[in-house]
Amino acid sequence: MRPGRVVGAALLAVLALGPVLPMGGMRQYVLHVLIQIFVWSFIGGAWSLMGRFGLVSLGHGAFLGLGAYTVTLLWNAYGLTPWLGGVVAAALTSVLALVVAYPCSRFQVVGHYFALVTLAVGEVVRLLIIAERNWTGGSLGLSLRASPHDSVLAMQFADKRVFYYASLVLWLAGLWIWYRVDRSMARAAMEAIGEDETAAASVGIHVTRFKMGITMLSASLTAVGGVAYAQYITYVNPDTLAGIGVSLRIVFAVVLGGMYSLLGPTVGTALTIALGEYLRVVFGLRLIGMAETIYGLLLILFIIFLPAGIYGSLRDVVAGLARPARLASGLR
Amino acid sequence: MIDPIFLLEAAVNGILLSGVLALLALGLNLIFGVVDIVWIAYVDLVMVCMYLVYFLVMIYGWPLWLAGLASVALGALLGLGVHLLIITPILGSAPVNQLLATGGLLFFLQSFATFLWTTDHRTVRLALPILEVGGMFLSFVRLIAFAISLLAMIGLWVFLRRTYIGTAIRAVSQDREAMALMGADPQRVYLVTSAVGGAMAGVAGALLIIQYSVHPFFGAAFGPLTFMICVLGGLGNMVGAFVASVVMSEIISIGGVVISTEMGYVIAFVVFIVMMFVRPGGLLVRRG
Amino acid sequence: MLELRGVTAGYGHFTALWDVTLRVEAGEAVAVVGPNGSGKTTLMRVISGLVAARTGELVFEGNSLAGRKAHEVVRHGIAHVPEGRRIFPRLSVGDNLRMGAFQPRARQAFAESRARVYDLFPVLRERERQPAGSLSGGEQQMLALGRALMSRPKLILLDEPSMGLAPVLVLRLFELIRRVREEGYTILVVEQNVRQVLKLVDRAYLLEVGRIRMEGRAAALSEQDFVRKAYVGL
Repeated sequence: MRPGRVVGAALLAVLALGPVLPMGGMRQYVLHVLIQIFVWSFIGGAWSLMGRFGLVSLGHGAFLGLGAYTVTLLWNAYGLTPWLGGVVAAALTSVLALVVAYPCSRFQVVGHYFALVTLAVGEVVRLLIIAERNWTGGSLGLSLRASPHDSVLAMQFADKRVFYYASLVLWLAGLWIWYRVDRSMARAAMEAIGEDETAAASVGIHVTRFKMGITMLSASLTAVGGVAYAQYITYVNPDTLAGIGVSLRIVFAVVLGGMYSLLGPTVGTALTIALGEYLRVVFGLRLIGMAETIYGLLLILFIIFLPAGIYGSLRDVVAGLARPARLASGLR
Repeated sequence: MIDPIFLLEAAVNGILLSGVLALLALGLNLIFGVVDIVWIAYVDLVMVCMYLVYFLVMIYGWPLWLAGLASVALGALLGLGVHLLIITPILGSAPVNQLLATGGLLFFLQSFATFLWTTDHRTVRLALPILEVGGMFLSFVRLIAFAISLLAMIGLWVFLRRTYIGTAIRAVSQDREAMALMGADPQRVYLVTSAVGGAMAGVAGALLIIQYSVHPFFGAAFGPLTFMICVLGGLGNMVGAFVASVVMSEIISIGGVVISTEMGYVIAFVVFIVMMFVRPGGLLVRRG
Repeated sequence: MLELRGVTAGYGHFTALWDVTLRVEAGEAVAVVGPNGSGKTTLMRVISGLVAARTGELVFEGNSLAGRKAHEVVRHGIAHVPEGRRIFPRLSVGDNLRMGAFQPRARQAFAESRARVYDLFPVLRERERQPAGSLSGGEQQMLALGRALMSRPKLILLDEPSMGLAPVLVLRLFELIRRVREEGYTILVVEQNVRQVLKLVDRAYLLEVGRIRMEGRAAALSEQDFVRKAYVGL
């Protein structure tokens, strides 16, 4: 892995220097796209924690929306700092996740059925946001009350570079968590294989608990992603932050990149965002809907022709060796 | 306090709505049961059929019944196309990929419809009376739509029970491999199923366009509800699909009058989630 | 009639059958016996086309079956009664039989085939309108056999027909299989109940960990010390 490390370090250095590299008039735009990629990669990574366990959630929009709305509402109404609001959001979200995931596990709601239950949860959250329009703004959305000046406490900054570094750190933290979970999953898989029957049964119980933990972690990280997104965009809307559309986009990006590898979600997210931006720039305001049409068409083609994801397929070719990530996927 | 007559009216409207929803759920259920893939974009096919009827009737002046038949034909063709172009290549893929492929179709159809027809809402207006029954106002159009969806369901029932290929479709949904051992080419059965499921979408499209306006995001409005009724009904259970459809429509319709439209849906979806835990095999099936 | 030469097959990275060579003559009844997990079911699935052989030849009446899918193999006249019966539980008994005659050639002779099946298994006629899932285990096995006969096969593959049946029923079932055989069908049967099956068949193969270990006339094989100790339990 020596050359890999070198490339990684170099890439990180470039990312760290991103805001000071000469980019002409493009800087703001490039930073904006990169921030989006970091935040959505973080969210995609959170989704993949569950996805690789066979827990295909189509309801992560619910967690995202709950996170984003919780901080925004707490800040707007009570002036509660997003730092604390974020903690509240993550806690609320992981409770919601547990309330849904525990009975799912208990009553063996798996596969397509799990996907449909989570989809329903996503819709419930989206509709609740719309229904409570008196204080959520309904389908018109809600703007974050602007802080009079840059403030760490309010998590608001006029300079995009602050958000850039913040989201870079967030993304790296996401990767670190993903890596830690991957390692402990690999260990759990080893134990399950190594032990005898009765011990395996107790490991089975252990696996259920582990799944609950993973689900709560995945949900609360997604909520944190929602917080980051809301603080950066300073506007929340039920259709962009909850519901099927956004949930599907998250899953798309992850599957496209490959959910069994550390960088898969990032690669997929970067690609879908870059693609979306490219199509948006090409078509601009002409041919409304065309950009999304091509986007949808490409997604179908990707899914058909790259079933293991881009990064996954590439790495299969390059490495070909069973890695902890693969091993852990056997736990499902 | 809400006038009981409004509640009654809402209840009747709920039943009328349930006809089309049951039809959709059955079409989806058929495909899910046989091919074992949820077409996330199923209701978006309905949306395309609604546009067809709209254009044929309002622009080209076709009689409604003929446009309805065209809608059924288009639905069947779309069903075949979806199966051949999207489902066939991913039959062996992971379930998440299967969900996503039809999810991609959802994005594609929504955006392409936006591109072609803009986000304008379009309706086919029929000069049919509103009936007044004991103080309730009932739309004659909805009554007709309900009757036709019942007929279509009976047609589907006869097809699945009385025809050879229909029986084979039910057999495949019970044991795909055993049916291959009987000499049935799975791909052929899938194609027939997808065409029939698509045709159901076509029927529903024709019935919906005379009651609601169509727009590119119509599928997003009705899609989740359809999946839920499909699952609640229980695989291959036609009576179950109808009962589930009535229950969900009533919750939405009455909830909509008593609280708000959104809360009606919220309650319906929560009921769905809870029922998935209590009765995972469907409303009418006890936990086995 | 059926000949396998050097067949290797498996699932993914796992190989269940190694270099299997086997032959069934027209009118014969042949058994494949062996312990759990020896690859017996895989062998049946390879012949009926549910699992593709990786290497080797499969020839049935002079036609190669290599690369044929299950629904094509049936048309050649091979009916597979799978492990666990696999009847269609929510279809009526009559509909199960109708499905058995799915392929066009069999469908033409439907009435005649059904009359024959009902003669062999009168209980199925009585239960014609009942859902197949409501039948008893023994009746379900009869239905599975009857359904296979509906395809007008020349060779019948039976995978663990006695599985899950009470000992009394096992005896009756073997009696019925004997009668099916007397109707002129060729039979290849896989069984755990070695003692019973060796009374039924002419020849037998012993399969162990995916390889054919022994082959011989049924009577001679059941005399072998090794087989007696390991499988017949005498």
